[in-house]
Amino acid sequence: MKNIKYLLLRRATQFTLLFLYFGANAYGWHVLEGTFGASRLFGFIPLADPYTVLQVIASGFILGADVLLGALIITLFYMVVGGRAFCSWVCPINLVTDLANWLRRKLNLDKEEVNYRFIKRRARYWIMVLGLIVSAVVGISAFEVLSPITIMQRGIIFGFGAGISVVIAIFLFDLFGVKNGWCGHLCPLGATYSLIGKKSIIRVDHNHENCTNCMKCKIVCPENHVLHMVNKESIMVTDGECTNCGRCIDVCDDNALEFSIKRYIKK
Amino acid sequence: MANSDNKRRKFMATTLQSVGLTALGGLLWSGYSDEVKASPLVLRPPGALPEEDFLKACIKCGLCAEACENRDSNINKDGTKRAGTLKMAKGGDHKMIGTPFFIPTEIPCYMCDDIPCVPVCPSGALDMPSLLNKKEELDINKARMGLAVVHKESCIAFWGIQCDACYRACPIQGEAITIEHQKNERTGKHAFLLPIVHSDVCTGCGLCEKACVTEKPAIFVLPIEHSTGRAGDHYVKGWDEKDQQRVKDAKEIHTKDERSEKEATDYLNMGVEY
Repeated sequence: MKNIKYLLLRRATQFTLLFLYFGANAYGWHVLEGTFGASRLFGFIPLADPYTVLQVIASGFILGADVLLGALIITLFYMVVGGRAFCSWVCPINLVTDLANWLRRKLNLDKEEVNYRFIKRRARYWIMVLGLIVSAVVGISAFEVLSPITIMQRGIIFGFGAGISVVIAIFLFDLFGVKNGWCGHLCPLGATYSLIGKKSIIRVDHNHENCTNCMKCKIVCPENHVLHMVNKESIMVTDGECTNCGRCIDVCDDNALEFSIKRYIKK
Repeated sequence: MANSDNKRRKFMATTLQSVGLTALGGLLWSGYSDEVKASPLVLRPPGALPEEDFLKACIKCGLCAEACENRDSNINKDGTKRAGTLKMAKGGDHKMIGTPFFIPTEIPCYMCDDIPCVPVCPSGALDMPSLLNKKEELDINKARMGLAVVHKESCIAFWGIQCDACYRACPIQGEAITIEHQKNERTGKHAFLLPIVHSDVCTGCGLCEKACVTEKPAIFVLPIEHSTGRAGDHYVKGWDEKDQQRVKDAKEIHTKDERSEKEATDYLNMGVEY
């Protein structure tokens, strides 16, 4: 059980949230209503996705105060718990890309990896900015018309229709195309949360003394460049691209990695 | 020296590549977004902003559809439960994905008095103030989801067969649709009972379309933009003071073409010579 603790916690969180969203439509629950674009918690607390809100504003519409307040709440929340905690603890596409990634390892596809060098991890920041520019030019929220995240979420709540093909496309891209292709290279939402969570308080802490250099953490990490300190120095993972998923903690047999509160004062 | 030159060249190349790929992506993305924006005829919930603004404002949260789905009044006459009116567009619906809409022939809008779908809208895409009456109360009769149009040639009432299904289904009965009597010259002894839609009252709920007995409804709701014309500033009801207010700010329009070089009287007198 020890080595899947955070995996189970994450799946439990993801499924609980999705079930609450589903129940809001199917059974009329007032716990968590709406979708990630904008939601209502307990029937009155507004929540909204910061990147979606930026797109709407870029497209030239003055949004209601509810949505702006909602985006502020979400931004502040992820500033504390780690921006990309959204990606690994909430986002339904994470289920798809994690499955693709797991299959890649099982099918030894990683070793045969075709070198898609032209897609770099920083591409997502370009896409994030591009999404806002396209929104402004075309006059609609540009990422929202193709976002697999909300397409999958709405699919679960209201039914998929042909939208399922987008989800399958992401799966195939991550399985046979680029490793961690969607979440780690392209997703502008992840990019936004990377920036939001740059200074977050909850972080993975590395203890160099305990590390045996087995590299299991680096194999399992979807953003393994953030683990550059492993077996080098005892510092925290401070890169905003870390999703705080805890997979590295799960696989570590030597207690060299653990969640911790960020130290703002150097020892 | 050569090393730094190399570095600079590599930097230039990767920058150029990034900018180029971004431009490529931007073009494809803009093209696609502009295509999906060109929505076909789609009926939106009550209070929806004009389509262009609605597509900007709608944050695709689905709160309106959820409010609509969970009405206690969603019950058929035989007591079975029915789905809500509003659907969320998904892939394959050929409408802007994630936006709410309804199809009258499936489930029309039953015009709930408390309009549950509108106050929940967080973004302002469904504009609540537009549905408030003089007493500042929500008034569903102020909704303009669309406008019903009658196709005379397929409407059997225009054939002379008695049918008033749409008239009876209309929730603003006797106001949004009235029955006009006309003599049936063919038989000489019967009357036509013709349904006439009044655009100043019709909300576009679609109950008439749902009730229509013909194979493909002869009365149907279209978005107002598509079911109305506009007389423009050239024409005014000289006998109607309110209509004169409409053209108060009209500006003179000068059309300049080959013909306008001459005086109007010149070309009127010169015979047909186009």
